[in-house]
Amino acid sequence: MLEQQREYVLRSVEERGVRLIRLWFTDVLGNLKSLAISPAELDNALSDGMTFDGSSIDGFSRVQEADVLAMPDPDTYEVLPWGDPAAPEARIFCDIHRLDGTPFPGDPRQVLRRHVKAAHEAGLTFYLAPDIEFFYFKDPVRGVPPVPVDDGGFFDLTTHDVTGELRKQTIRTLESVGIPVEYSFHEDAPGQQEIDLRHTDALTMADSVMTFRLTVREIAARNGVHATFMPKPLEGKQGSGMHLHMSLFRGDENAFYDADDGYHLSATAKSFMAGLLRHASEITAVTNPTVNSYKRLVPHFEAPVHISWARNNRSGLIRVPIAKKGNPLATRIEYRSPDATCNPYLAFSLILAAGMRGVREGYELPDEADANLFEIGDDVLEKLGIGQLPQSLSDALRTMENSELASEALGEHIHEWFLRNKRSEWRAYKTHVSAFELDRYLTSL
Amino acid sequence: MTDTNRMLAVVPDPAPPELARTLDLAGFAWKAVAGINDAAETEPEGGWAGMIVDATDDIDAAWSFLRTTRKHQGSAIPTLLLVAGSQLPELEHRDELFDDFCLSPFHPSELEARLRHLLAAETEIQQADLVEYGDLVLNLETYQASIAGRPLDMTYMEYELLKFLAQNPGKVFTREILLSRVWGYEYYGGARTVDVHVRRLRAKLGEEHAGLIQTVRSVGYRFGQSRWNS
Repeated sequence: MLEQQREYVLRSVEERGVRLIRLWFTDVLGNLKSLAISPAELDNALSDGMTFDGSSIDGFSRVQEADVLAMPDPDTYEVLPWGDPAAPEARIFCDIHRLDGTPFPGDPRQVLRRHVKAAHEAGLTFYLAPDIEFFYFKDPVRGVPPVPVDDGGFFDLTTHDVTGELRKQTIRTLESVGIPVEYSFHEDAPGQQEIDLRHTDALTMADSVMTFRLTVREIAARNGVHATFMPKPLEGKQGSGMHLHMSLFRGDENAFYDADDGYHLSATAKSFMAGLLRHASEITAVTNPTVNSYKRLVPHFEAPVHISWARNNRSGLIRVPIAKKGNPLATRIEYRSPDATCNPYLAFSLILAAGMRGVREGYELPDEADANLFEIGDDVLEKLGIGQLPQSLSDALRTMENSELASEALGEHIHEWFLRNKRSEWRAYKTHVSAFELDRYLTSL
Repeated sequence: MTDTNRMLAVVPDPAPPELARTLDLAGFAWKAVAGINDAAETEPEGGWAGMIVDATDDIDAAWSFLRTTRKHQGSAIPTLLLVAGSQLPELEHRDELFDDFCLSPFHPSELEARLRHLLAAETEIQQADLVEYGDLVLNLETYQASIAGRPLDMTYMEYELLKFLAQNPGKVFTREILLSRVWGYEYYGGARTVDVHVRRLRAKLGEEHAGLIQTVRSVGYRFGQSRWNS
């Protein structure tokens, strides 16, 4: 199969007149990186990989083991839908290897591969469907609050059309690179959009999220608009999250479905949820990796604060959506804390690892919390055993540091580097004196 | 590959419902003919691709039909005979009148397999590098595809799936069959993989052409138009 795939890619590049092939991979923070090669190099790259200096990439090699190998994954070959149609460019996602051919421990895609493989060995395939929110702003000016391209509050039809048109163009482009879209709409806040992707397996979805972010920004930029996945760009308005709908399949059967259960949830689904709930705090630094992420995780903006689950309570961390017509294949859970600034490979890895630990060790699912948790006192919540997600990046990092699950799931290399990098981000933030502080203290104290 | 676009003649007219249904689900193009004159008059340009003669109701009429057609043909049309178990002794010394036979009541998969096998020898020669269906063109030599003149860029698996479907227009495939024929049995993803790829292909074909791949409820997928009830 691999030989045929290689042949397919080489021949397609030649026949289609592709001028440049971009070898894509992702650093530990989730930034997309690219090495461009000419078609003449492609044959060689497909068989032997391309060597490059890993120490130039965040979270990759230390200087003494600098060189690593980018191995293109031929099934991800895709002609890019933008640029000059007369000189098309293509992309291929890569796995990063050490020069001896073993997986490179600093490569997030290899980490996810490891977890996906472990699930397969247990007979399970992990499917994900993210709902991704983002904002369209006018070109940002440093130091000035961002200006949404439309004012959703006034529902101005003319400017509303601008974002509608942008969204349509974005969806067409996504579909042309094999990322099917389920729904899309204008969200509550001015300039805010949501695009819901159709489910696929975890590795393909992580690749898709990388392509998605680039596509959204690219199409916006071409139209003179700035798109951002920043979790909370506007104070007092809703933030942008990346809710993840997920399920496990055993062959053709949905392993999350049980017709006899009152919630239609199988024992596997329940212990998976229990695993996610128990380890949620340990993985939050990765699913919500910026200082700003924690300004979204506050009460009253449809973002989760408490570690709880429910069928129809959007304040919970896990929601169990009611499947259309009770369709067994559509039974799934929705994990609501992540935002789209995360590294999708690492986030999906940790979510799968936490859930699978629950399944393996038969964790017990706590009771459903269907009340509005924001109206219940902390002492009562404590009695119910309902905790809170980390309140800040610093909190989240401390919990992650002591997490044996996070260290094992990410591997020591990434676990350590991530903590080191994000601590320095927190330190930089801590020295900042904000407008809030000046307004509140300057005159009164 | 079987060229399912070429027409089969089915005797008698009307064709037995179970036979009609099997041919339709398998994606064969066919027409019922009442007798020798009817077969001659309605013969398509390029001739009949094959014949299926159901002899269970009137075996003498079937022999008479076959003797006449074979006499009039330069090269014999590949012919499959349907007989009941009690009629088996009748086949003796009539080998020159048919190419293969199937017991009736038949198993649909057996009938389909025998037909494809029978037609394969002839169609192999005609197998082209170009697969065309409506606005879709697939060049099997260069791996290039286009829809309404626009290049269709696909990943390897998307291409393989579309190729398989487009080579068998009108035929309904279960997800399991697609998985085993396109991905191979070693693939672990389960039939859901097929759904995911079909959805991706439809997205790439674009809204206007997404209907080329039809979902057949609680069965699987079909490429192009059905010849049964719709």
